[in-house]
Amino acid sequence: MKVVLEDLTKKFPVRDRKGRGDVTAVDRLRFEIPDGYLIGLLGPSGCGKSTVLNLISGLLQPTEGRIFFGEEDVTLLPPEKRGIGLVFQNYALYPHLTVKQNILFPLENLKGKDKLTKAEMLQKAEETAKLVQIDGLLDRKPAELSGGQQQRVAIARALVKMPKVLLLDEPLSNLDARLRIQTREEIRRIQRETKVTTVFVTHDQEEAMSISDLIVVMKEGVVQQIGRPQEVYDSPNNLFVAKFLGTPPINVFEGRVRGHRLYIGDDAVLDADSVPDGEVYVGVRPEGFLMRETGALSCRMDRVQVMGRDISVVSANDAALNTAVRAIIGTESEVTKTAASAPEGSEIRFDLIPRKVFLFDRRTEKRIFLEEGGQ
Amino acid sequence: MDSVTCEKKIRSRQREYTPAVRVVTYALLGVWALIVLFPFYWMILTSLKSYSAYNGEYIPKLYTLSPTLQNYADAFTAVPLGRYLLNTLFFTVLTTVIMLAVIVLAAYAFARLEFRGKNAVFVLFLSMMMIPNELVVITNFITITDLDLRNSFTGLILPSVTSVFYLYLLKENFEQIPDNLYYAAKVDGTSDLKYLLRVMIPIAKPTLVTVTILKVIECWNSYVWPRLITDDERYFLVSNGIQEIRENGFGRENIPAMMAAVVVISVPLIVLFLLFRDKVMEGVSRGGTKG
Amino acid sequence: MRHKGFGGSLKGWLYLLPALLFLGVFMVYPLIDVFVYSFEEGYNSASQTYFGVGTYNYAYVLRDPYFLQAVKNTFLLVVVTVPLSTGIALLISVGLHSIKPLRNFLQTVYFLPYVTNTLAVGMVFMILFKKTAYSDGLINLLVTRLGGNSVDFIDGPYWAKMFVLCFYTIWVVMPFKILILTSALASVDPVYYRAAQVDGTSKLRTFMRITLPMIAPMIFYLVITGFIGAFKAYSDVVALFGTNLNAAGMNTIVGYVYDMLYGDSGGYPSYASAAAIILFAIVFTITCINLLVSGRRLRR
Repeated sequence: MKVVLEDLTKKFPVRDRKGRGDVTAVDRLRFEIPDGYLIGLLGPSGCGKSTVLNLISGLLQPTEGRIFFGEEDVTLLPPEKRGIGLVFQNYALYPHLTVKQNILFPLENLKGKDKLTKAEMLQKAEETAKLVQIDGLLDRKPAELSGGQQQRVAIARALVKMPKVLLLDEPLSNLDARLRIQTREEIRRIQRETKVTTVFVTHDQEEAMSISDLIVVMKEGVVQQIGRPQEVYDSPNNLFVAKFLGTPPINVFEGRVRGHRLYIGDDAVLDADSVPDGEVYVGVRPEGFLMRETGALSCRMDRVQVMGRDISVVSANDAALNTAVRAIIGTESEVTKTAASAPEGSEIRFDLIPRKVFLFDRRTEKRIFLEEGGQ
Repeated sequence: MDSVTCEKKIRSRQREYTPAVRVVTYALLGVWALIVLFPFYWMILTSLKSYSAYNGEYIPKLYTLSPTLQNYADAFTAVPLGRYLLNTLFFTVLTTVIMLAVIVLAAYAFARLEFRGKNAVFVLFLSMMMIPNELVVITNFITITDLDLRNSFTGLILPSVTSVFYLYLLKENFEQIPDNLYYAAKVDGTSDLKYLLRVMIPIAKPTLVTVTILKVIECWNSYVWPRLITDDERYFLVSNGIQEIRENGFGRENIPAMMAAVVVISVPLIVLFLLFRDKVMEGVSRGGTKG
Repeated sequence: MRHKGFGGSLKGWLYLLPALLFLGVFMVYPLIDVFVYSFEEGYNSASQTYFGVGTYNYAYVLRDPYFLQAVKNTFLLVVVTVPLSTGIALLISVGLHSIKPLRNFLQTVYFLPYVTNTLAVGMVFMILFKKTAYSDGLINLLVTRLGGNSVDFIDGPYWAKMFVLCFYTIWVVMPFKILILTSALASVDPVYYRAAQVDGTSKLRTFMRITLPMIAPMIFYLVITGFIGAFKAYSDVVALFGTNLNAAGMNTIVGYVYDMLYGDSGGYPSYASAAAIILFAIVFTITCINLLVSGRRLRR
């Protein structure tokens, strides 16, 4: 089922000392989720992503705009008529019901032509339990399950009535790190098997990048960028998106363009043929540095962190907005030895890989595209 | 040494009192236990003494060698004790059930639903907790009299079917149930009423049990309102019955038979208490004063 | 997330309707009405007519010797039983807290009076204390054994009757106080005791300086509820002295209200209302004073 959001806006009334007013949680949201896609709704807390989810679910009514499931306008439909499955961060399992009763619960509400016999319900519940691999736990109470198992039950409960759209609200944030990775793979597998259109809300960019077909990055109720995870990472629309995606985070420098050259401090680091003169922010991905004695960018060595396959060279630069400039360098490289042996405070030099460098307008923070080599 | 045994050692250390202190402590506790238990012992003992044996004792005996159940037979035949008990049972069950229905619905509205004026009404309800029964009983007496409901169960029950305090307890409990359960149920097409019955009530069961027990105790012991509203023996509750027995029953003062009646009246609640000891004590400490 | 009801305002009010109805008829309306009654002079319940409006009812009640006797009895009862019962309950709770064997059993025993019918057990107290032609009663037996003179506690001198009443009242209110105080004592974090022990603090000092301040809020709570409860004493008095309390000289304010309303001396709802409002004013004032005092103490 394709899901279309058309100019979706949600305002919440607020009353405080200054009087009444509105807070716009979601501002003219417009995008389309293709059928069968898993889409990651990503942003810092308070960016309106959960509101979007609640608008799609029907728990909230939009102030303006419309929502379509396929060709059907569902904007005014109550949640139960939309055919959605919803999974909550804290699972929201009914504590007094067993796993089986929890999964059966949505089926018992079906009325009219959808009504199922007891046997059909049981069969469906068992199939779904098998799908999420909790078929051995059907008679337990939620309190007797681990966090990961509870999450699977919650997913089973959401899936059992064959929803047109599955909505997951921060489904992994109550799990510990190891379980989180395992469960997100599990969600991906289940989604692939059922081919149900899925919206996954998270503030964890790694989580979203690793399992989504498309990610939607939001900030303060406004969509910043939509695209395949790698596209968005490789080509962020603005400084916010660039900073939000990637671990370790992108390094940002204050720079300027003079006579088609890009300067960081006094170092001319790259050609910038098509860019007019002006102040810019320069974002450099950690993997965008090449350590060379003849490198264009000069930094002061701080320390080296060895992280198995790679090492990360931490240094300082006066033009950098981050307190530390972090460069990730493969250990195969010959320079490693030199780097590791450079004393603290000594000068080290980097060349920058052009496709890992992004320029942003200093005022609007929008991307200024470098036209280089056919890209 | 793991921390648990360590904890135990520290605790046992702490309990080291001198023998003299221990003796005094146990003596004090023992004396109070005796004061509490003695009236119960005396009522059972007296109820087992025969009428003539009791009246023959100028110096009361602390035991009896010839117990008789005759007094119990008298209590049920000479005065309508059975009727009093049935009345009280009927009154208690009906009042409690209606009250539960009323407060469950109201607590649900306060805890779960959004509507205009909710907060104002809730504050109004809360302020009613401070109104003593003595102030409203006068008008209620006149209202029930005017409605011609004296000497009827309707008149007995109606003013007792709401309790703001229990409503408050329940509302607090309902509010602890996570919102997400409600949203999950909504998404699955559960109606408000079904959600209340299938999810909220089962989860809030411990509080409901507490409220039920407290209300049952309150009903079983209620005296003032039934006394005002009934003067027909057929509608007497046990409290009024016992007062009636004392003032008019059993011809001459038949103390042993009276005590038999007292035992019969006291047993149900004591059994209830012994069965649900922890529930009762927890409930009372959360919000009951006697009366 | 704030949530708008699916079905609007009406549903909420519908769920609230039974409670509103009952509270409106049996709480709010009577509360207003009782004030109205108290100012209607010469109200006749049969014809539902009255002569005029004024404070005559209050003046009558305040001059009525029965009411003054009731006020005296009630105040005496309050002044004696509230401090005594709270003090004894504290003593017993501390004792109970310091022992391990028998603790559960004793807690159960001490709670029994709470679940007994006040009227029923009051009768047992009556026969224990009563002196009749056939027998002096068990308590008098004890009194004479100890070298005193037997006295009829139920129909005898005022002090004797007052003694039984106070004794029974304490017996009745103790379970609640013991329960509250034992749970308050149990909730004091043992870490404080350990700290005190490390500092070599004596048991008594530990109790006075650590335990008592920490359970003080609960003690004040008991004192306040104790005052309110004792001012409303009625059914335990009836249990001991019968329904004709004015004749026994043992009436309480609440008893006076009911007697004015109903029974042999009844039929005067206006006087009853005035007396009830006076009672409410007394309880309210004393509760406020209590709260002020305890508030100041606790803040210090």
